Amino acid sequence: MNFSDQLEARFADMLGHYPTKRSVLVPFLLYTQDELGYLTDEAIEEIAQRLDLTALEVRNVISYYSMLRTRPAGKYNVQVCTNICCLLRGGEEILEHARKKLGVAVNKGISEDGVFSVEEVECIGACSWAPAMQVNYDFHENLTEAKVDEILESYRKKAQQ
Amino acid sequence: MADAPKLVNITVNGKKTTAPAGTLLIEACKQIGIEVPSFCYYPGLSLQGACRMCLVEIEKMPKLQTACTTPVAEGMVVNTESEKVVQSRKAMLEIVLANHPLDCPVCDAGGECELQDMTYTYGAAESKFIDIKSHRDEQQWSPVVFFDRPRCILCYRCVRVCGEGMDVWALGVQNRGQGSVIAPNKQDHLECEECGMCIDICPVGALTSGSYRYKTRPWEMNHVGTVCTHCGDGCLTTVGVRRSDTGMEIVRCDNRDKSGINGDFLCVKGRYAFDFAANQERITQPLIKRDGKFVPATWTQAIELVADKFKQVVQKDGPQAIGVIGSNRTTNEENYLLQKFARLVLGTNNIDHHRTADFPAFAKAISENKARTASMRDVFEAPAVLLIGNDPTEQHPLLAWQIRNNVRLHRSKFYIVNSQAIKLRRQATQFVQIPTGAEARFVDFLSGNDAAAGTLTQAGASNENLSQLRDALKGEQNLVVIFGSELRGADISALVKFAAPQNAKFICLGDYANSRGAADMGLFPDLLPGYATFAGAARYQQEWGADVPALVGMDLKQMFGAARDGKLKALYVVGSNPVSRYALDPFVLQAPFVVVQDMFMTETAIAADVILPAAFAYEKSGTFTSTCGDLQMLRKAGDVVSVKSDFEIVVRIAEKMGYDVRKLVPFGKGLRADMGQSRGAQSGEADRHSVWLQARGLEPKVSPFDPLATLDEIQRLIPGYDVSQINLVSGNDEHTQLVQIQNASIPSHPELVVPSNDTLFTSGTLGRYSTVLNSVMERRATGKEVAAD
Repeated sequence: MNFSDQLEARFADMLGHYPTKRSVLVPFLLYTQDELGYLTDEAIEEIAQRLDLTALEVRNVISYYSMLRTRPAGKYNVQVCTNICCLLRGGEEILEHARKKLGVAVNKGISEDGVFSVEEVECIGACSWAPAMQVNYDFHENLTEAKVDEILESYRKKAQQ
Repeated sequence: MADAPKLVNITVNGKKTTAPAGTLLIEACKQIGIEVPSFCYYPGLSLQGACRMCLVEIEKMPKLQTACTTPVAEGMVVNTESEKVVQSRKAMLEIVLANHPLDCPVCDAGGECELQDMTYTYGAAESKFIDIKSHRDEQQWSPVVFFDRPRCILCYRCVRVCGEGMDVWALGVQNRGQGSVIAPNKQDHLECEECGMCIDICPVGALTSGSYRYKTRPWEMNHVGTVCTHCGDGCLTTVGVRRSDTGMEIVRCDNRDKSGINGDFLCVKGRYAFDFAANQERITQPLIKRDGKFVPATWTQAIELVADKFKQVVQKDGPQAIGVIGSNRTTNEENYLLQKFARLVLGTNNIDHHRTADFPAFAKAISENKARTASMRDVFEAPAVLLIGNDPTEQHPLLAWQIRNNVRLHRSKFYIVNSQAIKLRRQATQFVQIPTGAEARFVDFLSGNDAAAGTLTQAGASNENLSQLRDALKGEQNLVVIFGSELRGADISALVKFAAPQNAKFICLGDYANSRGAADMGLFPDLLPGYATFAGAARYQQEWGADVPALVGMDLKQMFGAARDGKLKALYVVGSNPVSRYALDPFVLQAPFVVVQDMFMTETAIAADVILPAAFAYEKSGTFTSTCGDLQMLRKAGDVVSVKSDFEIVVRIAEKMGYDVRKLVPFGKGLRADMGQSRGAQSGEADRHSVWLQARGLEPKVSPFDPLATLDEIQRLIPGYDVSQINLVSGNDEHTQLVQIQNASIPSHPELVVPSNDTLFTSGTLGRYSTVLNSVMERRATGKEVAAD
């Protein structure tokens, strides 16, 4: 399969950064996921072939990292932290609120309009501003339910543009 | 040879000892009889350090260390039984058991489970965890492999043996930490070589086999170590048998005792393809054809009929009117006996077998060049290996295993010349692909004919590649040269001549379990046992006390020709299916009186007048010679009431024909005798030898069905076979040499060599009647799940 020119260029560049081919695997999976939304079977086969690995080895690595997924996510993937600091400051409630608001199950499914998915994640390193969540690569901190509504609404608008 | 590594001094539990530098602590402890428990450590595989059972206390190290990954160091003081260590082991077991189901009473591994053993030894019976165990239903990954996730203790042995050992890489680990799980390569099923290594290496019952699961318990079986009946590599397999209504049922085969050349290796055939023995279509009664239909008969009737007919033909039409075809799957003793039967009892040299390699040409090449044959063990130790033709992964799985592991563990060099991109190329130092059928021209090129190179080049090989390979080979001392049936006749001589000066050893690959034995034992119309020509018959006549017929006999194809011309009046086929193998016309068998000894209704058996149901390798004793020349002893494991070994049948026919059995089988001659050693689980009341002996009041003596008496004779007559019988009886392999009795020219018939073309999942007639092999092949063809049981 072919990736976008940009991703192909990135792949070619990355090969030179590491002592062995297989070291490219994790960053390249991440970039591929950014482009495709998730890691498709086709992409897994392709990456395995390019790096002289078996598809099984690639799947093993994907399953190890929670940031890599083999199922589609929404355009905006809402990742709510429920580790200790966030938990103490209402992370669980924020997660539950986001889930209800968007009408999707945690860790599976996408909202009807295809915009959102909700994921419960381990620590995202924003403990000082707990509770926190991450939407794609953007952080949102010191959350309250009202603030979550506001944030989600802004993303919904963004999606409609 | 590199210098031996330096010895270092260590102290374990107060005992002072030494070990070569680089030795792992766990191995050093084992050497002095101190057991350090471990699940994930497995000799020959990469180190894992996953199970934490082997933690020991080492002085001056603040934390406990894994003995399986720590090399010994000078002055190391180790305690393997300190309170801290004992406590840690107990804790590790508790964690392992936290999610382990306590279904030992129904688990296949119960009774031979390493986790059970450890729990008994180190005690962690009390479980402090009160959480609900996480359960997953058992999954079927292939006809052969089942996975029971909760039982898995994540030692990664299966993952490593599949990848490193088999070079299949079909198993991996997914998720992380507590959620880790062994995963197959096709997400919900396996696509692999179905060898079952993962199942046997599993310390618990997480991986179980389709053919054995939930059938029996280990302690309900008798275990008999014998030689595999499939390809010519000579793996030992331990057969688990259990009493059944029809004798002794074979329940499983494995090689967990690591006996033999193969250690714990077996392929799908060695491990699972024993089920043909209990196939419904197996012939278990003598059959006599009357009015075109097979009618069951008693042994007495059948043997009398055969003996009478043979006698009639010999008297009326002369011995030249009878032909005998031997087998690649009967023992050396049976093959030897059969050619003796043909030559002495019938009085003809019309004896042949299905040839799958040109062994006579090989014997000739070896003796001319004073070269030696390599044993299967040499393949694992050799500094360099050259493989011409064949595809060992498919046709010689143990050979492929030996080569792979030699490259992996000893970094040996490995050169391949093949017309196909065979899987072993992944281990090759250099792989040269030549056009199909060009193997002989390659040998010509090796011998110095540079013009031949021009005909060998194609996309995969350039002139430069070829010259490079030839130069590299010339520089390899103690090379092991292996070649398939692509090379025959004079090409073999040329190859041996090329490599012999570098102290090379050779292996000629034949296809079946005892193809080499059939050739060594003289199942040829123009050669006596040991590839002796008739010019050297005097030795044999002296030993046998009878004359060898002078006339060179007919080969297999000539016999069928003679049958067509009405000159052949009787044909005796033992464990062979020439009609199918040589694509011969079965119609010509209508005229002669045909006797077939076999397990199944083959294309040849259908044309028979009498079918005598025969026992197969696991149901008798004797010896097999592997394709490398490694001699090993078979022990009787299974038993089916009413079938007889080919040995016994031949003796009985000879006796009925009025021949003095003592002349045929030299029982009671010499000092060596089988006192029950070869009879395994059958020794005692069910032992046919002792029944025969008792009936004649001869118990302390030996019986005419005793193959060891014949082995004695073989050893007296064939110089290369004069190896230690004690070693054979102890279950060891002994390498035989192709020692020429005389340097006469050995006739070779390359045109009679027909390779079986078996794959990893076929095995001639036996494979056709194996449910496991058929279900594996069906599954590969359709991609659908098929249960093996």
